[in-house]
Amino acid sequence: MVSIGAGVKEPGSTRQNKTGSWRTFKPTLDKETCIKCVNCYMFCPEGCINKDYDIDYDFCKGCGICEVECPVKAIKMERE
Amino acid sequence: MELPNKEFLAPGHRGCAGCGATIGVRLALKVLGENTVAISATGCVEVITTPYPETSWEIPWMHVAFENASAVASGVEAALKAQGKTDTNVVVFGGDGGTADIGLQSLSGAMEREHNLIYICYDNEAYMNTGIQRSGATPYGASTTTSPHGKESFGENKPKKNMPMIMAAHGVPYVATASISYPEDLMKKVKKAAEIEGPAYIHLQQPCTTGWGYNPAQTIELGRLAVETGSWILYEIEEGEFKVTYKPIQRRMVKEYLDAQKRFKHLTDIEKEKIQSHVDAICTELKI
Repeated sequence: MVSIGAGVKEPGSTRQNKTGSWRTFKPTLDKETCIKCVNCYMFCPEGCINKDYDIDYDFCKGCGICEVECPVKAIKMERE
Repeated sequence: MELPNKEFLAPGHRGCAGCGATIGVRLALKVLGENTVAISATGCVEVITTPYPETSWEIPWMHVAFENASAVASGVEAALKAQGKTDTNVVVFGGDGGTADIGLQSLSGAMEREHNLIYICYDNEAYMNTGIQRSGATPYGASTTTSPHGKESFGENKPKKNMPMIMAAHGVPYVATASISYPEDLMKKVKKAAEIEGPAYIHLQQPCTTGWGYNPAQTIELGRLAVETGSWILYEIEEGEFKVTYKPIQRRMVKEYLDAQKRFKHLTDIEKEKIQSHVDAICTELKI
Protein backbone atom coordinates (compact mmCIF):
# COMPACT_ATOMS: atom_id res chain seq x y z
CA MET A 1 0.00 0.00 0.00
CA VAL A 2 2.82 2.39 0.86
CA SER A 3 4.49 3.73 -2.29
CA ILE A 4 7.29 6.08 -3.27
CA GLY A 5 6.17 9.70 -3.21
CA ALA A 6 3.04 8.72 -1.31
CA GLY A 7 1.31 7.91 -4.59
CA VAL A 8 -2.27 6.66 -4.47
CA LYS A 9 -3.20 4.55 -7.46
CA GLU A 10 -6.90 4.09 -6.94
CA PRO A 11 -8.92 7.17 -7.99
CA GLY A 12 -11.90 8.13 -5.87
CA SER A 13 -10.96 5.71 -3.10
CA THR A 14 -12.46 7.88 -0.35
CA ARG A 15 -15.68 6.07 -1.33
CA GLN A 16 -14.53 3.43 1.17
CA ASN A 17 -15.23 5.97 3.89
CA LYS A 18 -18.98 6.13 4.41
CA THR A 19 -19.50 9.63 5.76
CA GLY A 20 -23.22 8.94 6.16
CA SER A 21 -22.38 7.90 9.71
CA TRP A 22 -21.72 11.57 10.57
CA ARG A 23 -25.34 12.47 10.00
CA THR A 24 -27.78 13.60 12.69
CA PHE A 25 -30.47 15.00 10.40
CA LYS A 26 -31.56 13.08 7.35
CA PRO A 27 -32.96 14.74 4.22
CA THR A 28 -35.88 13.14 2.44
CA LEU A 29 -36.83 14.30 -1.03
CA ASP A 30 -40.43 14.22 -2.19
CA LYS A 31 -40.27 13.55 -5.93
CA GLU A 32 -43.92 14.57 -6.39
CA THR A 33 -43.19 18.12 -5.22
CA CYS A 34 -39.74 18.32 -6.85
CA ILE A 35 -39.53 20.59 -9.93
CA LYS A 36 -36.09 19.28 -11.02
CA CYS A 37 -34.37 22.65 -10.70
CA VAL A 38 -30.94 21.04 -9.96
CA ASN A 39 -30.29 23.35 -7.00
CA CYS A 40 -29.69 20.48 -4.56
CA TYR A 41 -27.55 18.64 -7.11
CA MET A 42 -25.41 21.73 -7.69
CA PHE A 43 -24.98 22.77 -4.08
CA CYS A 44 -24.34 19.39 -2.41
CA PRO A 45 -20.81 19.46 -0.96
CA GLU A 46 -20.61 15.67 -1.22
CA GLY A 47 -22.10 15.37 -4.69
CA CYS A 48 -24.36 12.68 -3.27
CA ILE A 49 -27.61 13.78 -4.94
CA ASN A 50 -27.75 12.59 -8.55
CA LYS A 51 -29.69 14.00 -11.49
CA ASP A 52 -32.53 11.53 -10.83
CA TYR A 53 -32.80 13.21 -7.42
CA ASP A 54 -31.84 10.13 -5.43
CA ILE A 55 -29.88 10.87 -2.28
CA ASP A 56 -26.96 8.59 -1.47
CA TYR A 57 -27.30 8.12 2.28
CA ASP A 58 -23.97 6.31 2.41
CA PHE A 59 -22.30 9.71 2.07
CA CYS A 60 -24.83 12.41 3.00
CA LYS A 61 -23.47 14.22 6.07
CA GLY A 62 -26.80 15.90 6.74
CA CYS A 63 -25.60 19.48 6.34
CA GLY A 64 -29.05 20.63 5.24
CA ILE A 65 -27.98 22.92 2.37
CA CYS A 66 -30.40 21.07 0.06
CA GLU A 67 -33.35 21.79 2.34
CA VAL A 68 -32.52 25.52 2.50
CA GLU A 69 -31.91 25.83 -1.25
CA CYS A 70 -34.96 23.86 -2.42
CA PRO A 71 -37.34 26.49 -3.87
CA VAL A 72 -40.46 24.30 -3.44
CA LYS A 73 -39.61 22.76 -0.05
CA ALA A 74 -39.50 19.23 -1.46
CA ILE A 75 -36.67 18.34 0.90
CA LYS A 76 -37.26 17.92 4.62
CA MET A 77 -34.63 17.32 7.27
CA GLU A 78 -35.63 14.92 10.02
CA ARG A 79 -33.73 13.74 13.06
CA GLU A 80 -32.58 10.15 12.53
CA MET B 1 -24.85 24.61 -19.26
CA GLU B 2 -24.90 20.83 -19.77
CA LEU B 3 -22.87 19.19 -17.04
CA PRO B 4 -21.42 15.69 -17.05
CA ASN B 5 -23.06 13.35 -14.54
CA LYS B 6 -19.70 12.02 -13.51
CA GLU B 7 -18.28 13.33 -10.25
CA PHE B 8 -14.58 14.11 -10.43
CA LEU B 9 -14.39 14.65 -6.70
CA ALA B 10 -15.61 11.48 -5.04
CA PRO B 11 -17.71 11.56 -1.87
CA GLY B 12 -16.32 10.18 1.36
CA HIS B 13 -13.92 13.11 1.69
CA ARG B 14 -13.40 14.55 5.17
CA GLY B 15 -14.80 18.04 4.56
CA CYS B 16 -17.04 19.47 7.26
CA ALA B 17 -20.77 19.05 6.71
CA GLY B 18 -21.76 22.07 4.64
CA CYS B 19 -18.22 22.67 3.30
CA GLY B 20 -18.14 25.43 0.68
CA ALA B 21 -14.74 24.57 -0.81
CA THR B 22 -15.81 21.15 -2.05
CA ILE B 23 -18.86 22.66 -3.78
CA GLY B 24 -16.54 25.01 -5.69
CA VAL B 25 -14.06 22.27 -6.61
CA ARG B 26 -16.84 19.89 -7.70
CA LEU B 27 -18.44 22.44 -10.01
CA ALA B 28 -15.11 23.60 -11.46
CA LEU B 29 -14.07 20.01 -12.21
CA LYS B 30 -17.40 19.31 -13.90
CA VAL B 31 -16.67 22.14 -16.32
CA LEU B 32 -13.03 21.18 -16.89
CA GLY B 33 -13.82 17.51 -17.42
CA GLU B 34 -11.73 14.38 -17.49
CA ASN B 35 -8.78 15.75 -19.45
CA THR B 36 -7.47 17.76 -16.52
CA VAL B 37 -4.51 17.66 -14.18
CA ALA B 38 -5.04 19.28 -10.78
CA ILE B 39 -2.42 20.57 -8.39
CA SER B 40 -3.23 21.56 -4.82
CA ALA B 41 -1.32 23.77 -2.50
CA THR B 42 -1.48 22.75 1.14
CA GLY B 43 -4.84 23.71 2.59
CA CYS B 44 -8.33 22.52 3.39
CA VAL B 45 -9.02 20.93 0.00
CA GLU B 46 -5.74 19.03 0.05
CA VAL B 47 -6.23 17.76 3.61
CA ILE B 48 -9.87 16.73 3.30
CA THR B 49 -9.64 15.07 -0.11
CA THR B 50 -6.56 12.95 0.46
CA PRO B 51 -6.40 11.21 3.82
CA TYR B 52 -3.59 8.83 2.84
CA PRO B 53 -3.90 6.17 1.39
CA GLU B 54 -7.24 7.36 0.05
CA THR B 55 -8.04 10.04 -2.49
CA SER B 56 -11.21 11.75 -3.65
CA TRP B 57 -9.78 12.78 -6.98
CA GLU B 58 -10.83 10.99 -10.14
CA ILE B 59 -8.26 12.85 -12.24
CA PRO B 60 -4.45 13.06 -11.90
CA TRP B 61 -3.76 15.18 -8.86
CA MET B 62 -0.65 16.31 -7.07
CA HIS B 63 -0.09 17.88 -3.70
CA VAL B 64 2.92 20.06 -3.19
CA ALA B 65 3.94 22.50 -0.50
CA PHE B 66 2.12 25.68 0.41
CA GLU B 67 4.49 27.90 -1.54
CA ASN B 68 5.11 26.12 -4.82
CA ALA B 69 1.80 24.93 -6.25
CA SER B 70 2.05 27.37 -9.16
CA ALA B 71 5.70 26.47 -9.80
CA VAL B 72 4.78 22.78 -10.01
CA ALA B 73 1.80 23.59 -12.22
CA SER B 74 4.18 25.54 -14.51
CA GLY B 75 6.35 22.43 -14.76
CA VAL B 76 3.38 20.17 -15.45
CA GLU B 77 2.15 22.54 -18.14
CA ALA B 78 5.59 22.74 -19.77
CA ALA B 79 5.96 18.94 -19.69
CA LEU B 80 2.54 18.42 -21.26
CA LYS B 81 3.42 20.96 -23.95
CA ALA B 82 6.67 19.12 -24.68
CA GLN B 83 4.64 15.93 -25.13
CA GLY B 84 2.25 17.71 -27.45
CA LYS B 85 -0.70 17.37 -25.08
CA THR B 86 -1.86 20.94 -25.41
CA ASP B 87 -5.56 20.17 -24.89
CA THR B 88 -5.05 19.08 -21.27
CA ASN B 89 -6.23 21.57 -18.66
CA VAL B 90 -3.85 22.33 -15.82
CA VAL B 91 -5.66 23.68 -12.78
CA VAL B 92 -4.36 24.75 -9.40
CA PHE B 93 -6.54 24.86 -6.29
CA GLY B 94 -5.02 27.03 -3.60
CA GLY B 95 -6.64 28.41 -0.49
CA ASP B 96 -6.43 32.07 0.42
CA GLY B 97 -3.40 31.43 2.61
CA GLY B 98 -1.70 29.42 -0.12
CA THR B 99 -2.49 32.17 -2.61
CA ALA B 100 -2.43 35.58 -0.95
CA ASP B 101 0.32 34.81 1.57
CA ILE B 102 2.62 31.82 1.17
CA GLY B 103 2.19 30.95 -2.49
CA LEU B 104 2.22 34.47 -3.87
CA GLN B 105 5.77 34.44 -5.23
CA SER B 106 5.40 31.24 -7.26
CA LEU B 107 1.96 32.34 -8.46
CA SER B 108 3.36 35.68 -9.57
CA GLY B 109 6.13 33.88 -11.44
CA ALA B 110 3.78 31.49 -13.19
CA MET B 111 1.51 34.35 -14.26
CA GLU B 112 4.40 36.48 -15.47
CA ARG B 113 5.87 33.57 -17.50
CA GLU B 114 2.45 33.15 -19.14
CA HIS B 115 1.99 29.45 -18.53
CA ASN B 116 -1.28 28.15 -19.89
CA LEU B 117 -2.89 27.25 -16.57
CA ILE B 118 -5.94 28.04 -14.47
CA TYR B 119 -5.43 29.13 -10.90
CA ILE B 120 -8.50 28.91 -8.68
CA CYS B 121 -8.15 30.45 -5.25
CA TYR B 122 -10.89 29.16 -2.95
CA ASP B 123 -11.10 31.94 -0.45
CA ASN B 124 -12.55 31.19 2.98
CA GLU B 125 -10.80 34.22 4.41
CA ALA B 126 -8.46 32.58 6.95
CA TYR B 127 -6.33 29.47 7.53
CA MET B 128 -9.33 27.31 8.36
CA ASN B 129 -7.85 23.84 8.35
CA THR B 130 -5.14 24.62 10.93
CA GLY B 131 -7.54 26.38 13.29
CA ILE B 132 -8.76 29.70 11.85
CA GLN B 133 -5.61 31.82 11.85
CA ARG B 134 -5.81 35.13 10.00
CA SER B 135 -4.47 35.38 6.46
CA GLY B 136 -3.86 38.31 4.13
CA ALA B 137 -7.35 37.68 2.78
CA THR B 138 -9.12 38.00 6.14
CA PRO B 139 -11.53 40.92 5.95
CA TYR B 140 -11.53 43.93 8.25
CA GLY B 141 -13.21 43.25 11.58
CA ALA B 142 -13.16 39.46 11.50
CA SER B 143 -12.22 37.67 14.70
CA THR B 144 -9.81 34.77 14.18
CA THR B 145 -7.62 32.84 16.62
CA THR B 146 -4.63 35.05 15.78
CA SER B 147 -6.65 38.26 15.53
CA PRO B 148 -9.10 37.64 18.36
CA HIS B 149 -11.48 40.25 19.69
CA GLY B 150 -11.18 41.25 23.32
CA LYS B 151 -9.88 43.97 25.57
CA GLU B 152 -6.57 44.40 23.76
CA SER B 153 -7.64 43.64 20.22
CA PHE B 154 -10.57 44.48 18.05
CA GLY B 155 -10.21 41.59 15.61
CA GLU B 156 -8.55 41.86 12.21
CA ASN B 157 -7.62 45.52 11.85
CA LYS B 158 -6.39 45.50 8.26
CA PRO B 159 -8.41 45.37 5.06
CA LYS B 160 -8.55 42.29 2.86
CA LYS B 161 -5.70 41.97 0.39
CA ASN B 162 -7.02 42.59 -3.10
CA MET B 163 -5.69 39.45 -4.79
CA PRO B 164 -7.61 39.60 -8.08
CA MET B 165 -6.30 43.11 -8.72
CA ILE B 166 -2.73 41.99 -7.95
CA MET B 167 -3.22 39.30 -10.58
CA ALA B 168 -4.75 41.80 -13.00
CA ALA B 169 -1.66 43.96 -12.57
CA HIS B 170 0.35 41.07 -14.06
CA GLY B 171 -1.51 41.74 -17.29
CA VAL B 172 -2.79 38.16 -17.58
CA PRO B 173 -5.52 37.54 -20.18
CA TYR B 174 -8.22 36.51 -17.71
CA VAL B 175 -8.95 37.41 -14.09
CA ALA B 176 -12.31 36.89 -12.41
CA THR B 177 -14.00 36.77 -9.04
CA ALA B 178 -16.72 34.23 -8.34
CA SER B 179 -18.91 32.83 -5.60
CA ILE B 180 -20.13 29.28 -5.01
CA SER B 181 -23.62 30.68 -4.50
CA TYR B 182 -23.74 31.74 -8.17
CA PRO B 183 -22.84 28.45 -9.88
CA GLU B 184 -23.81 29.49 -13.41
CA ASP B 185 -21.58 32.54 -13.16
CA LEU B 186 -18.76 30.47 -11.66
CA MET B 187 -18.94 27.77 -14.30
CA LYS B 188 -19.05 30.25 -17.16
CA LYS B 189 -15.89 31.81 -15.78
CA VAL B 190 -14.11 28.48 -15.37
CA LYS B 191 -15.05 27.59 -18.96
CA LYS B 192 -13.69 30.89 -20.21
CA ALA B 193 -10.52 30.44 -18.18
CA ALA B 194 -10.01 27.01 -19.76
CA GLU B 195 -10.57 28.25 -23.29
CA ILE B 196 -8.27 31.23 -23.05
CA GLU B 197 -4.68 30.72 -24.13
CA GLY B 198 -2.38 31.73 -21.29
CA PRO B 199 -2.79 32.06 -17.53
CA ALA B 200 -6.16 32.65 -15.92
CA TYR B 201 -6.94 33.48 -12.31
CA ILE B 202 -10.28 32.97 -10.57
CA HIS B 203 -10.84 34.18 -7.03
CA LEU B 204 -13.67 32.10 -5.62
CA GLN B 205 -15.27 33.18 -2.38
CA GLN B 206 -16.71 30.30 -0.36
CA PRO B 207 -18.27 30.57 3.09
CA CYS B 208 -16.79 28.30 5.75
CA THR B 209 -19.14 27.01 8.41
CA THR B 210 -16.36 26.32 10.93
CA GLY B 211 -14.39 29.53 10.55
CA TRP B 212 -17.18 32.01 9.94
CA GLY B 213 -19.46 30.55 12.58
CA TYR B 214 -22.90 29.80 11.16
CA ASN B 215 -25.23 26.82 10.71
CA PRO B 216 -23.85 24.48 7.97
CA ALA B 217 -27.16 24.64 6.09
CA GLN B 218 -26.59 28.38 5.47
CA THR B 219 -23.41 28.03 3.35
CA ILE B 220 -25.02 29.05 0.07
CA GLU B 221 -27.19 31.67 1.78
CA LEU B 222 -24.10 33.33 3.27
CA GLY B 223 -22.30 33.44 -0.08
CA ARG B 224 -25.38 35.02 -1.60
CA LEU B 225 -25.59 37.57 1.21
CA ALA B 226 -21.97 38.57 0.59
CA VAL B 227 -22.76 39.34 -3.04
CA GLU B 228 -26.20 40.87 -2.45
CA THR B 229 -24.78 43.28 0.15
CA GLY B 230 -21.89 44.31 -2.10
CA SER B 231 -19.32 42.84 0.29
CA TRP B 232 -18.13 40.55 -2.50
CA ILE B 233 -18.33 41.73 -6.08
CA LEU B 234 -18.56 39.42 -9.07
CA TYR B 235 -16.54 40.70 -12.00
CA GLU B 236 -14.16 39.61 -14.71
CA ILE B 237 -11.25 41.25 -16.48
CA GLU B 238 -10.85 39.87 -19.96
CA GLU B 239 -7.87 41.14 -21.94
CA GLY B 240 -7.76 44.19 -19.70
CA GLU B 241 -11.46 44.95 -19.98
CA PHE B 242 -13.28 45.18 -16.66
CA LYS B 243 -16.89 44.01 -16.46
CA VAL B 244 -19.18 43.46 -13.48
CA THR B 245 -20.94 40.13 -14.18
CA TYR B 246 -23.67 40.34 -11.55
CA LYS B 247 -25.42 43.36 -10.09
CA PRO B 248 -27.80 42.94 -7.17
CA ILE B 249 -31.18 44.49 -8.01
CA GLN B 250 -31.41 46.17 -4.62
CA ARG B 251 -28.23 46.14 -2.57
CA ARG B 252 -28.89 44.86 0.97
CA MET B 253 -27.35 46.26 4.14
CA VAL B 254 -23.89 44.90 5.01
CA LYS B 255 -25.14 44.54 8.58
CA GLU B 256 -27.28 41.57 7.50
CA TYR B 257 -24.19 39.78 6.24
CA LEU B 258 -22.10 40.64 9.30
CA ASP B 259 -24.79 39.71 11.82
CA ALA B 260 -25.20 36.26 10.30
CA GLN B 261 -21.65 35.28 11.32
CA LYS B 262 -20.01 34.62 14.66
CA ARG B 263 -16.68 36.10 13.54
CA PHE B 264 -18.29 39.57 13.30
CA LYS B 265 -20.50 39.27 16.40
CA HIS B 266 -18.29 41.58 18.51
CA LEU B 267 -18.49 44.55 16.12
CA THR B 268 -20.15 47.67 17.42
CA ASP B 269 -22.66 49.63 15.33
CA ILE B 270 -19.99 52.27 14.66
CA GLU B 271 -17.66 49.61 13.22
CA LYS B 272 -20.47 48.16 11.12
CA GLU B 273 -21.20 51.65 9.78
CA LYS B 274 -17.54 52.01 8.90
CA ILE B 275 -17.59 48.74 6.94
CA GLN B 276 -20.85 49.80 5.27
CA SER B 277 -19.40 53.11 4.08
CA HIS B 278 -16.29 51.31 2.78
CA VAL B 279 -18.51 48.92 0.79
CA ASP B 280 -20.66 51.85 -0.39
CA ALA B 281 -17.62 53.68 -1.72
CA ILE B 282 -16.50 50.67 -3.79
CA CYS B 283 -20.02 49.95 -5.04
CA THR B 284 -20.61 53.56 -6.05
CA GLU B 285 -17.39 53.54 -8.01
CA LEU B 286 -18.44 50.35 -9.81
CA LYS B 287 -22.06 51.56 -10.21
CA ILE B 288 -23.59 48.66 -8.29
